[in-house]
Amino acid sequence: MNRRHPGLNLGEAHDSANDDAEKEVFGFWVFMMSDAILFGLLFATYVVLQGNLNGGPGPAELFEMPSVLIQTVLLLTSSLTAGLAQLAMKHELGTRRIVLWLLISLGLGLAFLTMEMRDFLTMTSKGGVPQASGFLSAFFALVPLHGLHVAATCLWLLALLGQIARYGTDDATKTAMLRLGILWHFLDVVWIGIFTIVYVGGLA
Amino acid sequence: MNRRQERRSYIVGYVLALALTLPVFALLAFDLLPRRQILWIAGVAAAVQIAVHFRFFLHIRLKGQTREDLQLILFTTLLLILMGGGTIWIMTNLAHRM
Repeated sequence: MNRRHPGLNLGEAHDSANDDAEKEVFGFWVFMMSDAILFGLLFATYVVLQGNLNGGPGPAELFEMPSVLIQTVLLLTSSLTAGLAQLAMKHELGTRRIVLWLLISLGLGLAFLTMEMRDFLTMTSKGGVPQASGFLSAFFALVPLHGLHVAATCLWLLALLGQIARYGTDDATKTAMLRLGILWHFLDVVWIGIFTIVYVGGLA
Repeated sequence: MNRRQERRSYIVGYVLALALTLPVFALLAFDLLPRRQILWIAGVAAAVQIAVHFRFFLHIRLKGQTREDLQLILFTTLLLILMGGGTIWIMTNLAHRM
């Protein structure tokens, strides 16, 4: 198979969109990788500061693993449904199918954000505020930044739905969907790092 | 790849991702191992899972890739190892000396 850019390729049926995708998707990967550096350094900061509790509440009091488990499953499932939306677009299964998978992904993303927000509120109500200790400063620099990314991606998804409603699946919406898919899957990869380093690492 | 194979590839990726995640939570929830060992297992599972996500969801492969794409990803990985690993190394070393 001839691959013109990293990530899912649309194939020969979408020739004019491919010409745009080649530049735009590669450019988006460059942005994604710079974002990976940003997250990587916040992970390093967390590892360094993790033990500094300053007499405040620690991971064992603050983390609720059942909630983290549900958030993980929500994000993983949304990655699958976002992928299926892209396949529906690639194989031209109709706009209804694309929109349906996108809406399911959006719902899962919003459910994730709701759970995460609830966790942050429980943490702050137990005295786990960012200014309490080095551990909490590092936590609140890293984990809500990922949540902010997810929120921005959900907003982008809404904009994309509007674009599809107005223009249908033209070249611009196709390449936008490829890029949105990359961001969505990438945020999943960052979440793997968060539950391993922040949550499991914090409790170990 | 035809449509069915492509869809199966996403589902395989999803099942693998769950299979690499859920056992770690089970180990923690039931306290089956010392926490340090669980962290090591979680670390290895996370590395494999990241590879799974790149392979099945982001469609990155070692072969058939335009060269600069792979170089971009590998260079980013190198930067992450240098900067992240370097930070942790220097700061823990400093903490020991304090």
